[in-house]
Amino acid sequence: MEFILVVLAVMLAILLGWLLKQSFNTQPWVAEVVEEGAHRAPMNANAKVIALAALLAVITSFFALIMSAYALRMDLGDWAPLTEPQLLWINSGVLVLASITFQWTRNAAMRGDASKLRPGMIVTGVLTTAFLIGQFVAWRQLNASGEYITSNPANAFFFFLTGAHAVHILGGMYVWARATIRLFTGRGAQTVRQSIELCTVYWHFLLLVWIVMFGLLLST
Amino acid sequence: MPFAVVLILLVVGSILFHIFSPWTFTPLASNWSMVDFTVDITLWVTGIVFVSVNLFMAYCVIRFRHKKGEASKAKYEPENKRLESWLTGWTALGVAAMLTPGLFVWAKFVDVPEEAREIEAVGQQWHWTYRYPGEDGKFGEVDAERISADNPLGIDPEDPHGQDDVIVLSPEAHIPINQPVKFLLRSKDVLHNFTVAQFRVKMDLVPGMTTYMWLEPTVAGRYEVLCEELCGVAHYTMRGAVVVEDDASFRAWLAEQPTFAETQNRVAGNAALGAAQYAICSTCHGQQGEGMQALNAPKLSGLSGWYLRRQLLAYQNGLRGAHEDDVYGAQMVGMANMLADDAAISNVIAYIQSLPDEPAPTTIDGDIDNGARLYATSCRYCHGEDGMGNQATNAPRAAGMSDWYMARQLQNFRDGVRGSHLEDYYGMQMGFMGRMLRTDEAINDIVAYMNTLQPVVADQLTAGTTGNNE
Amino acid sequence: MSYVAIADRDHEVEHHDPQTFITKYIWSQDHKVIAVQYGMTAIFVGVIALILSAMMRLQLGFPDSFSFITPESYYQFITMHGMIMVIYLLTALFLGGFGNYLIPLMCGSRDMVFPYLNMLSYWVYLLSVIILLISFFVPGGSTGAGWTLYPPQAIMQGTPGVDWGILLMLLSLAVFIVAFTMGGLNYVTTVLQARCKGMTLMRMPLSVWGIFMATVLGLLAFPALLVSAIMMLLDQNLATSFFMPAISSMGADPGYTGGSPILFQHLFWFFGHPEVYIVALPAFGIVSDLLSTHARKNIFGYRMMVWAIIAIGGLSFVVWAHHMYVSGMHPYFGFFFATTTLIIAVPTAIKVYNWVLTLWEGHIHLRVPMLFAIGFIFTFIHGGLTGLFLGNVTIDLPLSDTYFVVAHFHMVMGVSPILVVFGAIYHWWPKISGRMYSETLGKWHFWMTFLGTYAIYLPMHYLGFQGVPRRYFAMGNTEFLPASAQDLNAWITMSALFVAASQILFFANIIWSLTRGPKADPNPWGATSLEWQTPDTPPKHGNWGHDLPECHRWAYDYSVPGYADDFIPQNVPPDEAPAGRQHDVDEH
Repeated sequence: MEFILVVLAVMLAILLGWLLKQSFNTQPWVAEVVEEGAHRAPMNANAKVIALAALLAVITSFFALIMSAYALRMDLGDWAPLTEPQLLWINSGVLVLASITFQWTRNAAMRGDASKLRPGMIVTGVLTTAFLIGQFVAWRQLNASGEYITSNPANAFFFFLTGAHAVHILGGMYVWARATIRLFTGRGAQTVRQSIELCTVYWHFLLLVWIVMFGLLLST
Repeated sequence: MPFAVVLILLVVGSILFHIFSPWTFTPLASNWSMVDFTVDITLWVTGIVFVSVNLFMAYCVIRFRHKKGEASKAKYEPENKRLESWLTGWTALGVAAMLTPGLFVWAKFVDVPEEAREIEAVGQQWHWTYRYPGEDGKFGEVDAERISADNPLGIDPEDPHGQDDVIVLSPEAHIPINQPVKFLLRSKDVLHNFTVAQFRVKMDLVPGMTTYMWLEPTVAGRYEVLCEELCGVAHYTMRGAVVVEDDASFRAWLAEQPTFAETQNRVAGNAALGAAQYAICSTCHGQQGEGMQALNAPKLSGLSGWYLRRQLLAYQNGLRGAHEDDVYGAQMVGMANMLADDAAISNVIAYIQSLPDEPAPTTIDGDIDNGARLYATSCRYCHGEDGMGNQATNAPRAAGMSDWYMARQLQNFRDGVRGSHLEDYYGMQMGFMGRMLRTDEAINDIVAYMNTLQPVVADQLTAGTTGNNE
Repeated sequence: MSYVAIADRDHEVEHHDPQTFITKYIWSQDHKVIAVQYGMTAIFVGVIALILSAMMRLQLGFPDSFSFITPESYYQFITMHGMIMVIYLLTALFLGGFGNYLIPLMCGSRDMVFPYLNMLSYWVYLLSVIILLISFFVPGGSTGAGWTLYPPQAIMQGTPGVDWGILLMLLSLAVFIVAFTMGGLNYVTTVLQARCKGMTLMRMPLSVWGIFMATVLGLLAFPALLVSAIMMLLDQNLATSFFMPAISSMGADPGYTGGSPILFQHLFWFFGHPEVYIVALPAFGIVSDLLSTHARKNIFGYRMMVWAIIAIGGLSFVVWAHHMYVSGMHPYFGFFFATTTLIIAVPTAIKVYNWVLTLWEGHIHLRVPMLFAIGFIFTFIHGGLTGLFLGNVTIDLPLSDTYFVVAHFHMVMGVSPILVVFGAIYHWWPKISGRMYSETLGKWHFWMTFLGTYAIYLPMHYLGFQGVPRRYFAMGNTEFLPASAQDLNAWITMSALFVAASQILFFANIIWSLTRGPKADPNPWGATSLEWQTPDTPPKHGNWGHDLPECHRWAYDYSVPGYADDFIPQNVPPDEAPAGRQHDVDEH
């Protein structure tokens, strides 16, 4: 459980650090005019950014807990390390590419370069879908070689971790799909821009989760 | 005003309740007086805080409550750093005073003395069994996959250390007084917890691993073992006992218990020899063991060997048939005592198991639906959906047996005529079940339902593959 | 995500009030309506759980007297009672109910920042409740594994509901967690983002602080429950061995190998202990505001109170294994967790001191909410102090798994938060409904609940000292227990039935108020926080009419020297003399 504790400590420290920067050392009983904006969120972020940050904290906690359970379960006698399919390296590359293209799309959106948005979104979507399909194929390869979820706790964790990661990507794809549809129907240009911005962060985050997870799977 | 008075009365009442409560710790019977000492310290510290803070609060309510027409205002005081630091400091001190002895005692609990005698307590749904190391002082290896009717503790037969392990297939363990004992705790199925209130210590049994706790009993006597981790519907009936006695009695008791090797090499009973002994049984129970209601003798054929043996021993040892209202049981005591030794018991059991197993005639009517409901809520867990019994849960067969007899036994269990002997642990469990059947109608309903359960594989039973190997 | 935070568009004064009954009361995105929906649903399941507890008390007080209570149903009752009370009542009511109602009003915003998500949160919560209730009626009934759902027993034979009951339970929890996360993201974002002008963090009422920190804890801790629920579902349905070791269950081998039941316990309590504070912190916050308002005095040591909330929240993540001292985990953990657990007593004690010191030199109006608030302090002191027994690893040896534990956590997590819930409902009822309730009925309700619960739980501790184990359907003939222990159990049952019956007074009061209650003053208690300063009572959709309020002071300006009134609302500017109404409601 050390892993989750470290992760939590970091997240709580960030929250606490920010709270400290607020008016903690004022004497709250003194009625005085406070400066404009003191009631605002950190870094002038808007509500959606804060909500996304909180959501990412929740997801971090979720994955950190699974990995902590992984570490605890690994120490029990019957653990037989799983040889991960080579395909996962290709999948990882695809996911990295998806993050890059999303970032590229986002930069275009920030610049107001509308012509690059549609191709950018499509390419990102294709790459991400390819990643999901690749993950599914990797599962099939494992099953074909006789590695089932029940064969060993290492297998069970492999399927659980990759499955949970894929579900989170699917959740992201839902928002991506809404943004893309809006992009093509031309409604709500402003919100599309923000959707792209937030989705990019989410994609990078899930890439990071994947890298940590993949590293853990490879090293054990 | 009344509010403050009630608060004060509650504080005073709590103190009085504490002082005069007849409900308090059971007398200590182990070396863990330090646990009680830590409890006392904590009671004093928390008691003082409880009384002082609540009385202060009551005082505030009396002194500063709003009175009609009074216009005074509250004092304006946002904070008082000095007072707050002072309170924090004292609280920290009080906490430290409670924690320090706690950690000290825990360190002792974690650190088992070298010379402690190891005893293994094994839990299962819903019984206790025990294992003592043999002459070599070492336990044999165990493995859940080896657990079977013949090897209920799952000991590795290949491991030489295991051969002389002493097996106690009874919920009662004996330990010598004034010697440290380390209980190794192991579960076959789910979580359990080994607790003896008088010893003050307890620990969970976790399947897949061995946990431990240690103590040194200081007072001779018989102490109840309770399972204190929810382990299923019959959790509350999972009882046992630890008997603390002097070293000589302990050694004598231990010598009577079989070793693992002995349990594995039991000579099978000789049915031919048993036939002669059965002759006297047959006058009441019938030539074919079919039972005769007129003589109050139930059907025997089809019963498992382990169950017949346990009942015969129970009659012999006074666990059964000793209650003054158990007229028919008393008759059996004399009969059971005619079986002179273990071999005689084995032989007669072997003969009974060779008898044809015809379903007993039904004599009792009842509401089968209600019976089915009752059976499903409790009986089935141990006796099985099919009523064929299960050695693993120490539950005998009910399907196809004499219904009038089972009805009478349920009444006996309910009324404490059977199963109220302290050492009759299995009867005690049925006592709990029987007491839920408050009316004779309910008993008849259950028995009527059990009549509908047709024995599935009567042939196999008589062929003697199950439970016949004692 | 087409909606924009309402606070971000202050210029849009035009608020389209929902027109039809359905959009107003059913598919409503108004935080106040959602709060009431959450509250009503939570109280509804709470009543079910109360009935379940009455049934189990009947069995314990008068064993073998009621044929409809079998061991099977008894264990189902205790399981569902515990789970409903902890998760579906208290968590949902404090965060979904009070959190929803109070955060936007106290922070001076028009609504939650994501109203649609907020509505969705309630409906998903309702779905989880429905799944939970369905589990009573599936074959085999609901699970009887105890609310901790420990494997292997939760999914092995020998326990009621091992097929469908546990499946639906885990499913319902997973759905609940989704609902909570939707709500929780909203509460956190609203507190951080949508406060009105001048509402700095250190000016927020402690209710908001408590709910905010509890939400943070919930967001980070509930994933642990989700992870363990998913893993147990896999163990049950796909025969993985996360938690399941090789076992022999009633003579049969179910085919598991090598898993660890203790792993489940770690995950469960990693959620389970913060969960205690998810319930406690909102109660701490709310009771602070009740005490301050009705004692006409600022909460004593506000900054310390905020710090204590944060410290307790943070520490609550490093004490979980004190539920596992005798679980068979490595015994050396005992040293660490006993120390952290007793350290958490210090900030908790500070909160108690500050509540009591708020009364000192106050001007105490013993109205119904105040009775409940002071009653809370009493029961919380009791429950907190008994926690020092159980948190201390050595004393846990004799007392864990006994009635002492049951008495302790009911005192600290059952009675205390429920007293706050009632106090809070009585306190904010005039604002929620626009009507007053019967003070007399309210006082009767308080006295019967407060004295009745103490009559239940004080003696129960002594059953624990005696060694009576919890989760026992019947004690039977247990030698070391005196016969009088059963008499005590009968007394406890009578008290419990008395308390359960006396809750009728609460519902009677609600009905009386809704039908005949006099119209409420917009600020009947003379409170300072913003929710009492709304232009309408009850507040309309959008809360503040044309202009958002501006906050100029903290929420505790009571009896400030030099002012005629004994309170100054948060939205009164510093240079403006407070409005002249001399506040005095006489009630004695």
